[in-house]
Order: sequence, then C-alpha cells, then structure tokens
Amino acid sequence: MTGPSSGATNRIDWQPGTDLLHGTCHCGAQHTADDPVEMWTWLLSHPEGHPSEASDD
Amino acid sequence: MATAFARNRWYVAAYGSEIGREPLGRTILGEPIVLYRTESDGRVVALADRCVHRRFPLSASRLDGDRIVCGYHGFTYDTAGTCVFVPGQQRIPRTARVAAYPAVELDSFVWVWIGDPALADEKLIPRAPHLADPDMVTVCGMEPIDGDYGLLVDNLMDLSHETYLHGGYIGTPEVAETPIATEVDEDAGIVRVSRHMLDAECPPFYARSTGIQGRITRLQDIEYFAPCLYLLHSRIMPVGQDAPVFRTEITYAITPSAPGKVYDFWAVSRDFATDDDEVTAFLRDFNHQVVMQDVKALNLLQRALDSEPAGYQELSINIDTGGLAARRILAKLAAA
Repeated sequence: MTGPSSGATNRIDWQPGTDLLHGTCHCGAQHTADDPVEMWTWLLSHPEGHPSEASDD
Repeated sequence: MATAFARNRWYVAAYGSEIGREPLGRTILGEPIVLYRTESDGRVVALADRCVHRRFPLSASRLDGDRIVCGYHGFTYDTAGTCVFVPGQQRIPRTARVAAYPAVELDSFVWVWIGDPALADEKLIPRAPHLADPDMVTVCGMEPIDGDYGLLVDNLMDLSHETYLHGGYIGTPEVAETPIATEVDEDAGIVRVSRHMLDAECPPFYARSTGIQGRITRLQDIEYFAPCLYLLHSRIMPVGQDAPVFRTEITYAITPSAPGKVYDFWAVSRDFATDDDEVTAFLRDFNHQVVMQDVKALNLLQRALDSEPAGYQELSINIDTGGLAARRILAKLAAA
C-alpha cells in the first residue's frame, strides 16, 4: 500500500484459505480472531492496552 | 442510524468545470451554498445561498461583475458575502451579510469548508492529482443519492458487492472470493484496503477498454481519506505477465448534502488508449451504469432502513473489515 503514514498504523490481514483475521497493532502486538468487530475492539484497546488473554500470538 | 457530519473538513462541492458565470446551488452538510466564478480573476466564490432579506436563493439570481444580485429584491453581495446594496435606501443594515465559505480549486474539484473558517487549512485537502494529469484521460459525473452518506462509504469500502450488484459489468467471482488486507492510519484518518487477484476473470469493463481477451491479474488498492475522498488504484495485466500494466484510477468524492442525502462524485481516469474516443465513450457510459446500480441499491436500502424500528442489528463479517474502520474514523472526526 502507498501514501502518507503518521506511524500509528493498525493492520488486519484476512489469512488466505481461512476465515481467520490476523491483526497487528501499531504497538507490535498481534492477535488472531474470526470476527472483524472483535478484532477492531482488540486493536483499539489502547491506551489501556490489550487484554493479556487476547494477545495469543 | 444516521452518520454524523464532520464539519471541520474539506468537502467537494463541484467539479471546477461546473462553475462559471451562472450561479450553481449545492447543499453541503445541510448548508445551502451558491457557487460562482468571478469575472475579474476567475476564482471560485462560495456563499450562503439565502438572501439575508427574505431568504431567496441566490443560486436563482444573477451576477453583476464579481457581485451577486438577489433575484427577488436586488440585495447585492460582494465575494466576501458583505451586502453592498439594498433597494430604495442609503443605509445598509449592519447585519446584512451572508456567510462566505473558504473554497479551493484543486485537482479538478472545488473543495469547500463548512466548519470554523479559522481551521480551514488548505494543506488538509487530500489529493487526487491523476484527475488533472495530462497523461491520463478522465470521464466523470455526479449523482445525488437519497441515502445516508455512510451507506456510500460502506458500499465503496467493501468491493465484494461488485460480484453481486455489478456482475456482468465490473464484478467477477474472484472479487468476493479474494481475502483483503486492511490498514488504518489512525492519526491521519486514512483507511487502506487491498485485494489482489492473481488469476481472475476479466470483466467487460476492462475487457472492452483494454482489449485483453483472457484472464487477468487484478490489483485493487483503496485509499479512503475520510470523510470525503476515496481512491481506488486499479492495475490490470494479462495473467502471468508483468506487462503491459493497464492503470485505472477510480475516484469518488463522497459529500454529505443533508441528513439522508449524499452527492456521489465519480471519475474514472486511465493511462491507456488515451486517444481512443470509443474507449472514452464506453467507459463514461459503462461506469455511469455501474454508478446508477449503486444509486438504485442505496436509495432502496435507505428506504428499507427508514422503515426499521430503532436499534436494528447488523451482522458484520470479514469483508466488512475496512468498512468498520471507516465508520469508526467518521464517528471520531464528527466528535472532534
């Protein structure tokens, strides 16, 4: 992808061949889920931080 | 559920080519605006489209040099919205003025700022330079939609609908089947969605414009600069080949007109067959048909939503990842 970036970028990759979403937070934490609503909730949990039980990989 | 307006942002009010010496009326974020071009230096003026006297639309009035003269009783305003003439008396009331909105002509669009004028920084206008690129040919238009502007954002952020709503035009099975990557630049308010189809059917839109007979590699890279500008960078090449690459830039400006109404500015720019008038005419007509399919669908969807009891539920799946991000950013901008 191209264009300007401020650095605080969150990313969700739909993993090919699966129904799974892989999220990468701007802080570097990663998470896998099968629901985009849950994934955005997890990614946007700053400044409190990600729930520890959800940071599964 | 209506999508709130983000007032302190730039919005496309018109194409520059629409603005001349005939006043043009548009409603942006619920504000009626009249647009015209000055005689002296050709710049675009944007004023409130209601005479301060009896609220007559200035867009139904006439120009006198750089001034606009109300078509009802002749109240006359300069380019800053100051009333400089009232009929039959010398004293011009101190409150006789209409709002003047910051307006900037850039990349073929006329951008206006409805919010606090002190915050109207031109550097915040997102760019679409291909629209004015002499090496590209652009076809364009605008369609009003009787729907919440969030419905159009949703529509454009999830292109899997091409397979179903635009089958036989721009949609093929691979669009809905191919996983997407979504990236959100939180501070800049930009959502990017990529769908890269390495071996896909070539839809009529591209087969007839590029002449490609077989299957294609089709790369779709969306950049949404919330709230108004949407760019779809499209790259097409014969499958298994690196060249030729057919570049198409699909641009939308999504301008909320009023609650439940949105202007859908659309443009298709290409870097191939640029001297082929038949291709130009085909893309103009074909893309207009595609846009009208969206217009019909979103008008219908809005009417259906209007009949729903409050608090209706939706269901989001993987294809909605980009659309959900856009909704959240729009809510954040509106609350700022």
